Amino acid sequence: MSKDPITARGDLRLTRITKSYGDFTAVDDLTLTIPKGSFFALLGPSGCGKTTTLRMVAGLEEPTVGSIHLGETDITTTRPYQRPINTVFQNYALFPHLTIFENIAFGLRRRGIKDVKEQVDKVLNLVELPHLAERKPTQLSGGQQQRIALARAIVNRPALLLLDEPLGALDLKLRRQMQIELKWIQREVGLTFVHVTHDQEEAMTMADTIAVMNEGKIEQMGSPADLYDNPETAFVANFLGQSNLIKGKIDGNDGDNLVVDLYGQKISMPKKRSHAVDSSLYAGIRPEKFRISRLGTPVKGNILTGGHIEDVSYIGVSTQYVVAMPWGQEVMVFEQNDDGVAPFDKGDEVNISWEPSFTFGLRGDEDIEAGTEVNPEELEEE
Amino acid sequence: MSFPKVRVPYLLLLPGFAFLFTFFILPIINLAQTSTQTPVAGGDTGEYEQTLAFGNYIQAFVENKEQFGRSFLYASLATIFALAIAYPLAYAIAFKAGKFKNILLVLVVAPFFTSFLLRTVAWKQILGEEGFVVPGLRSLNIIGEQTTLTSTSIAVVAGMTYNFLPFMTLPLYASLERIDPRTIEAAGDLYANGITAFRRVTVPLSMPGVVAGTLLTFIPAAGDYVNAAILGSPNTKMIGNVIESRYFKIVDYPTAAALSFTLMVAILILVTLYIRKAGTEELV
Amino acid sequence: MSQKIKDASIPTIPFKARFSRWFGRNLLRIYMIFGFTYLFIPVAYTFAFSFNDSGKSNLIWKGFTLDNWKNPCGAPEVCNALGNSIKIGLLATIFSTILGTMIAFAIGRYKFKGRSSSNLLIFLPMATPEIVLGASLLSLFLVFKINPGFWPTVIAHVVFCVSFVVVTVKARIASLDPRLEQAAMDLYANELETFRKVTLPLVAPGIAGAALLAFSLSFDDFIITNFNSGTLITFPKFVYVSAARGIPAQANVIGSAMFFLALAIVIAGQLVKRKKNR
Repeated sequence: MSKDPITARGDLRLTRITKSYGDFTAVDDLTLTIPKGSFFALLGPSGCGKTTTLRMVAGLEEPTVGSIHLGETDITTTRPYQRPINTVFQNYALFPHLTIFENIAFGLRRRGIKDVKEQVDKVLNLVELPHLAERKPTQLSGGQQQRIALARAIVNRPALLLLDEPLGALDLKLRRQMQIELKWIQREVGLTFVHVTHDQEEAMTMADTIAVMNEGKIEQMGSPADLYDNPETAFVANFLGQSNLIKGKIDGNDGDNLVVDLYGQKISMPKKRSHAVDSSLYAGIRPEKFRISRLGTPVKGNILTGGHIEDVSYIGVSTQYVVAMPWGQEVMVFEQNDDGVAPFDKGDEVNISWEPSFTFGLRGDEDIEAGTEVNPEELEEE
Repeated sequence: MSFPKVRVPYLLLLPGFAFLFTFFILPIINLAQTSTQTPVAGGDTGEYEQTLAFGNYIQAFVENKEQFGRSFLYASLATIFALAIAYPLAYAIAFKAGKFKNILLVLVVAPFFTSFLLRTVAWKQILGEEGFVVPGLRSLNIIGEQTTLTSTSIAVVAGMTYNFLPFMTLPLYASLERIDPRTIEAAGDLYANGITAFRRVTVPLSMPGVVAGTLLTFIPAAGDYVNAAILGSPNTKMIGNVIESRYFKIVDYPTAAALSFTLMVAILILVTLYIRKAGTEELV
Repeated sequence: MSQKIKDASIPTIPFKARFSRWFGRNLLRIYMIFGFTYLFIPVAYTFAFSFNDSGKSNLIWKGFTLDNWKNPCGAPEVCNALGNSIKIGLLATIFSTILGTMIAFAIGRYKFKGRSSSNLLIFLPMATPEIVLGASLLSLFLVFKINPGFWPTVIAHVVFCVSFVVVTVKARIASLDPRLEQAAMDLYANELETFRKVTLPLVAPGIAGAALLAFSLSFDDFIITNFNSGTLITFPKFVYVSAARGIPAQANVIGSAMFFLALAIVIAGQLVKRKKNR
């Protein structure tokens, strides 16, 4: 190695990374570039391989096949202590036998840095906990421990900061607060953050770029808006928010749009938002994009008729409807309660309509149940 | 690191295992080997030759079956009594002690900081003519003028029970302490009264501790001979006494070896059956 | 309740029921009192008789004296035996702690072929009756024409202490979060530094506890020592041998002193632990 890996800087490049344990493949031929200075999220359900990927970047696991580059330097086989990469662990992993000061100073001391006190004080001020320097980790609350774990990593100014579901153990309010703070700190300090989480709201709030992972592979990567508005697979469509997926057939063209036949009713959607490979596809519409109207009311855009309301849930901000369509499928509709119009009742006969450009099209052979399992507590590692 | 990670555990094990092999495995093999020897005709005491005399075992067992039986009987009794005494004690410390738990645990173990021998000899004095137990029982007319407690099997079993009490109490405590009190509350919520909850929830959950404690008590008790020597009489001789005398009084190494080996194998068999019946738990 | 409002509609519980309820609730407490008394009887006896003005044979109470405490080495052989026990104890502790800790790390930390057999090998000395351990070692020494004495005793003690050290240290290692060592390496500590700065300090209490355990097992051992010490006298051997004609009160002094010393160490340990968590 011509250059000491610890001075490496630049984009992180994972090239064809595979990690197998016996005949179980945790990460499957993954290729990914994380640009320097971005806030990147690896999002997926438990068992999808995201934590394994993170650990390989940290050096705590070695890939079976593939290479990892930081800038121009190949760091695939370098040991964790030789990499300019630090991790904020899920359970914080603060050293119980050292004070907070010594915990934060740990990395600095190992690297032989001289002015330890100044740097530790600076980062303690950044996380707003300067008064805890002499305490022990067991004396701190969960939120405080989390911030100290962050401080301990940041003080080393690494090329890359890895966060392994760091907010999982915090209660909701604290979690929301920390999400905002983490984003702010990342901008302030200018480090590259790689955040692993199963919480899609968290990923969308914090990240510039999200890679959705499922069973060891990346399903789709892009900005939160891209992934939400134009998912390419059923998994992404269902994992991020909720989707209505209606089976259909492409029936023809209309300029830049496709004409799609849904159980006999025709709708229109932009050609470039379709990922179908043949004439079969699933038309996808987010529940909040649907409008419900009474029979006979004039509407614009696509329209599906013959629905009747199965269920009404009033949630204050919005009302959620389950509408049974004539072909036996139930679709979800979210209406904002913003216009003083009384909500619909169970049993009402209604039409649903939406702006055609909101439609996305998935391949006809997709498993439309993918990504829909509800797993509330996913604090397990792979 | 220059050397591959695979080698490290073997290097760490090497000194300890080499030591154990030399001073534990080898002696046991040698013991087995000695047990089938016979005295050299016309040789000095202590001179033997290997004759593969497996008959030694039969002879040793037959001659000493009384002591074997007694050893296992006393050990079993001591284990049962120790369990009976230690269980409520461990239960009380685990559930009713609150912040005094640690102090009480220390107090359970503390008496055993005095020498094992001193404690046993103390019992001998206490249960003897000069102590307070016998004259006390006599004055209450519970026992007659002629009965003594020392040099009896009662004293031996009592001594063994006492001496092995912490080995029984600590594993029991560890097991009971781990029980989530809410499971007992749940039992009550589901119509079990106190005794039923105890029988159906606490006792089964404490079984690992019971298994560990009984093993830790029975195994050393079966081979013990000190209690029998100090608190007993020639009539209470255990197999340990016999083995000791075959080494130091009547020099007969093959017999002693045969007896030792038989004792070890018997215990191993009993322990294996016991563990299998009680369910395998990670004891080590 | 200072005011007893006599209201006919409030039912009063009859005395018998109140007593049995009190009894039921306090049954365990009463039992504990009896239990601990039982545990301490021989200790109290030993302590009491250490003050006996007894001369050679400490069988009946002759009178109170502090002489024995002032001159604990007064009786012949007592301090010699004590010294031997301490010397053997220290050596056995050092060797068994080192060997046992290494084994504990190997078994507790690494996955390797032969791991379960290793566990079994460690379990065996604990499952073997002391008499078999002692007798077999004696046989071996005889075969190699080594006379029983000091070093054979030390070796014998190490054999049965190692397993206890392994079990104790292994338990401590098992409770160690492996992510702490990963965090250390993530923070630029190589394998050796991680071991020195993180692993060892966190396992140290377990090692200390194992060492204490080994020492007390060695000090108090009789059976194995009896087989392997020949003419060398240790403290338990001294008590055994003098049991017939009467143990000198000085032995009681030493026994009581050991008790108080050990108690003090354990309590000090608890206090230190409590202060650390403060």
